[in-house]
Amino acid sequence: MRRDLIDMETAPRPGRYTALVVWAILLAGLVVGAKVYAVDPTQLPDPKLQERYLALTHELRCVQCQNEAIADSPAGIASDLRREVRDMLLAGKSDEDVRNFMLARYGDFVLFRPRFAPKTAWVWLTPGILLLIGALVSWRIVRARSALVPLDTEPLEEDLSR
Amino acid sequence: MNRFALPIALFALLVVVLAIGIKHSPDKGVIASPLIDKPAPQFSLPSLADATRTVSTTTLRGRWYLLNVWGSWCGTCREEHRMLLEVRRSGLVPLVGLDWKDDDAQARSWLAQLGDPYEVVAVDHDGRTAIDWGVYAAPESFLVNPQGIVVYKCMGELTPEVWEKEILPRLQKRQAATS
Repeated sequence: MRRDLIDMETAPRPGRYTALVVWAILLAGLVVGAKVYAVDPTQLPDPKLQERYLALTHELRCVQCQNEAIADSPAGIASDLRREVRDMLLAGKSDEDVRNFMLARYGDFVLFRPRFAPKTAWVWLTPGILLLIGALVSWRIVRARSALVPLDTEPLEEDLSR
Repeated sequence: MNRFALPIALFALLVVVLAIGIKHSPDKGVIASPLIDKPAPQFSLPSLADATRTVSTTTLRGRWYLLNVWGSWCGTCREEHRMLLEVRRSGLVPLVGLDWKDDDAQARSWLAQLGDPYEVVAVDHDGRTAIDWGVYAAPESFLVNPQGIVVYKCMGELTPEVWEKEILPRLQKRQAATS
């Protein structure tokens, strides 16, 4: 029984390479499939433009699905909005123009990174304020602790035995 | 007692924040339109009834209208349709349809089957006009005044409740102002 086991380990197993090949094909399929079935196949002629296009479509929220960027959403409105971004970039518009275009139509919600405005100020300021409160509280605690005077000044028994 | 004051205050603050969130949860997902109190976006599109004619915002100027975004592919629009027919019957405000990313033949048979509540229907094949109006899911309705200003937007189905609470009061204010 034991010998059989050892033999199994050392003898070349025909199934092993087949399995490897199958895995390789599956993995390759994942990599290629992700590209083939990507929501957005748009390719702009200029790599610089393409980079800006990708940045913008990842920064704009899909207004219908709302937790996805328009780059990742299969919704019809998302592809319409991607087309607007593409056409505006091809027409030589700046990133800011594209953002303003979307803001005028869909409001602050459409930007994953909302701009700093009176209405959105709290979004930006709250984390800082909370951090400040946290820092203040911990500073007070640390200061209070370091001011503590030990009540028991007797040496420990361990120390005595030395 | 004092050392409990801060945690209790923070807890109370948290309760308030969460209560506000829960209170507004029915609005969750509804994007407030930045168009309210702004000029209605211009468009000039072919008419559904006769593609050689155009429907344009310039000809709509000078009177109130309710722009209703719909499509024969849209399920909620079917539910809304009965109310739109009511609106037409009331004669209080003309309905202008914006047929959004639809097939013309299907849209026509929809109106033939269910009844046509619209004074005129503009056809938006590529969805660009809908984007200008900040449309993201049909149905949506916009109330526009004679100065061409969007005064109200109804996101989703135009229910009798919306008609009575939001649209009628705005229309009645107009009558009070003119008489």
